Amino acid sequence: MFRSHILVCGGTGCTSGNSMKIYDALVARIQKEGLENEVHVTKTGCFGLCALGPIMIVYPEGAFYSQVKVEDVDEIIDEHIIKGRIVTRLLYKETVADDGSIKALNDTNFYKKQHRVALRNCGVINPEKIDEYIAYDGYEALGKVLTEMSPQDVIDEISRSGLRGRGGAGFPTGRKWQFAKNSPGNKKYVCCNADEGDPGAFMDRSILEGDPHAVIEAMAIAAYAIGSDQGYIYVRAEYPIAVQRLTIAIKQAREYGLLGKNIFGSGFNFDLDIRLGAGAFVCGEETALMTSIEGHRGEPRPRPPFPAVKGLFGKPTILNNVETYANIPQIILKGADWFASMGTEKSRGTKVFALGGKIHNTGLVEIPMGTTMREIIYDIGGGCPNGKKFKAAQTGGPSGGCIPAHLIDTPIDYDNLIAIGSMMGSGGLIVMDEDNCMVDIAKFFLEFTVDESCGKCTACRIGTKRLYEMLCKVTDGTATMEDLDKMEELCYYIKENSLCGLGQTAPNPVLSTLHYFRDEYEAHVRDKRCPAGVCKKLLRYQIVADKCKGCTLCARNCPVGAISGTVKEPHVIDPNKCIKCGVCMDKCKFGAVIKA
Amino acid sequence: MKSLEELRALREKMKSQIDNRSVASADETVIKVGMATCGIAAGARPVLDALLDEAEKRHLHNVSISQTGCIGMCRMEPIVEVFRDGQKYTYVLMTPDKARKVMNDHVVNGNVVKEYLIGEN
Repeated sequence: MFRSHILVCGGTGCTSGNSMKIYDALVARIQKEGLENEVHVTKTGCFGLCALGPIMIVYPEGAFYSQVKVEDVDEIIDEHIIKGRIVTRLLYKETVADDGSIKALNDTNFYKKQHRVALRNCGVINPEKIDEYIAYDGYEALGKVLTEMSPQDVIDEISRSGLRGRGGAGFPTGRKWQFAKNSPGNKKYVCCNADEGDPGAFMDRSILEGDPHAVIEAMAIAAYAIGSDQGYIYVRAEYPIAVQRLTIAIKQAREYGLLGKNIFGSGFNFDLDIRLGAGAFVCGEETALMTSIEGHRGEPRPRPPFPAVKGLFGKPTILNNVETYANIPQIILKGADWFASMGTEKSRGTKVFALGGKIHNTGLVEIPMGTTMREIIYDIGGGCPNGKKFKAAQTGGPSGGCIPAHLIDTPIDYDNLIAIGSMMGSGGLIVMDEDNCMVDIAKFFLEFTVDESCGKCTACRIGTKRLYEMLCKVTDGTATMEDLDKMEELCYYIKENSLCGLGQTAPNPVLSTLHYFRDEYEAHVRDKRCPAGVCKKLLRYQIVADKCKGCTLCARNCPVGAISGTVKEPHVIDPNKCIKCGVCMDKCKFGAVIKA
Repeated sequence: MKSLEELRALREKMKSQIDNRSVASADETVIKVGMATCGIAAGARPVLDALLDEAEKRHLHNVSISQTGCIGMCRMEPIVEVFRDGQKYTYVLMTPDKARKVMNDHVVNGNVVKEYLIGEN
C-alpha cells in the first residue's frame, strides 16, 4: 500500500508540455529520498483539462496541480510529499474553496456536469500496466461474457442499451452486430476505426492513450458475439503515443492469455493486430478503411453490400469507433438499463466532445446526451476568452455544420443536431466568437475536403474544388449574388452524387453557414465588406487623423513602405501598397489604426 | 491466465496498490501522521511505514493513510491522528509497535487505544 499516489498526465497535450520530463524528475527525486515504497508515481491518460497542462494530481489529498514545470518538482516533493503542505500556488484555482481548503475535482465547474463512462479510466490508471486496468474491473466483462452469456445474449444486451455508433453516423451498435452474426461464413472480422481525422477531434486518441485495454476487451466481446477470431485496429500513424500504448497493451493481454487461444478456458480464440493508416481522411470511411487494411489504396466502394455482409477480405465484418468500444465493457458489467438511463430517448448514454477554438477550457469532456450546448460552452468550457461574444460552434468537423448562438439551448443528441443542419460527427466542437468570419470558416473546412478527397468520384473530386473556388470569390469580393445561388445548387449536387460519406457531407459547412449566416455572405458580395474583419482582400487599414500623433512607429515597421507622413503630422496608408499584414495596428500605441 | 478466478485473484491483489488513489470518502477512516521536521526527527517515518504495512497485510481498503504538516505539539511527536465517524483521535509519542496496535485495536476492531491518546500522556 502506498501512502500517496502522484498521477502525471501522459496524454499528448501534456506530453507536448514536457510532462514526461516532470515524471522522470519526480521518480528521480522520490528515489533519492528513499520514498519509493511509500509514494507511487504513475503516468496516466488524459485528464481532459488540456488547457491547463501539464497536469498532475496528488492523492489522497486530491491536490490538482496545473501548468506544472520541471522546476516545480523539487518544491512539490519538499513541501507536499515530505512535509505534507500542499503547494497552493500550483493548485488549479477552481479547486480551492473560499476558505482555502481543497474542493474535490468533481465539484469544479469543468468536471461537475461531466459523466465519465468512455473516459472513466483516463487520468486514473497507468495505461501501460494491465494490472491497473484489471484492478479497476478490467476484463471482468470479457470473463462474464465468455462464462455466463451466449453470443445472442451479448447482442441483445447491447441492443437494449440503445448504444449508437460514436464515430458520427449513429448507427445502432447492437443492430450492426446482429447483421454480422446473421451473415453466413466461417471467417469474420472485428475492426476498430481509430483513424480519427476530423480537425479538432481527439477523443479516440485520448481513449487509446489512456485506456487501451478497454478497447481490446470490447473488441474481444464483439468477436465472441459475432463469431470472429481476428481483429484489426486501424490507427493513424500520426498518433505515436496511442500506437505505442496499444502495442504494449496487446502484448500484455497476450501474455496474460486474455488474447490468443482458449481465453478463460472457454474455447474462445481471438487475436488482434494493429494496422497503421497513413493519415488520409477518407480512410476513416468504413469501406475505404477496409480497403486500406487489405493493402490497397484507401478508396471507398459503393454500399451495399454492407461490411456486415461483405467486408474485410470479402468476409462479414463489423467496424466500430474507439469510443463506441470503450462503452461496451461498462454496459456488460453494469447492464443495459444502467446505460439506457443516461441520455435522451433516442440517444442513450454519454458523448465525449473535444472542445477547441475560442473557448477558455480547451480539452476533453464527456457529458450525458441531452446536455445543452450552453452548458457545454459556458458551464464546462468557461465561455469565450477575453469577454468576446459567442457566435457559433461547429460540430462534426468538415462533415458537420455550425450551430448559431440562437440555437445554443438545443439539447445535444444525434437527431437534434441533424434537425438543425449539423451532425454529431466524432465529437469535435470548435467554438467561434465574433472575430470569426463564417465564410472563412466554411472555406477552411472545404479546403480540407478538397485536399482529402480521394478523387475516385467526380462529384466529390471536381465538385468540392469548384465550390471552394466560389467561396474564394466570395472572400475576395468578386462574387455576385447569383454565385450564392449557384453555390447552393452545387452543394446539393455534390451531396446527392458522391460515392461515400466524405463527399456526401463535404458541403455541410457551406450549407449551414449559408443558412444561418447568409447576411455575412451577402455583406461580402454586395457591400464588399467582411463584417468580422478577417477576409484580407476586403479589408482596409486606415489611420484616424485625429488620433495619430505622428510618432512614425507604424511607418518604420511597415514591411512594404505603404505608410507615409512627416513627424508629428497624421500619417496615411496607401491602400495600393498595403499588404494588410496588420503590423501597423499592433504597433500603434494610440489606437489610431483601424480596420475598415 | 486460464480462468476468471485467476483474474479476480489478481484484481484483489492489485486493489491494495491502488488504494489511496482517490479522495477519502465519508465512510473511510483517515489516518494522518505528523511529518514536519519535528515529526520526522522524532521517528515518524518508521511509524508511517508500520501503518502502511499493517494496512496492506490486512487488506484494509477503506483506510486512507497520509502525512500532514506540523500538528503543533512537537514534544509529543510522532503524532498520529485517526479520523473516524466524525471524531478525531490524537495518538502521541508513537512507535512502530504502538502504531500496529492502533491499527489492530482501533482501526480494525473499533476499540480506541486509550493509553496512547493525548489526554492520557
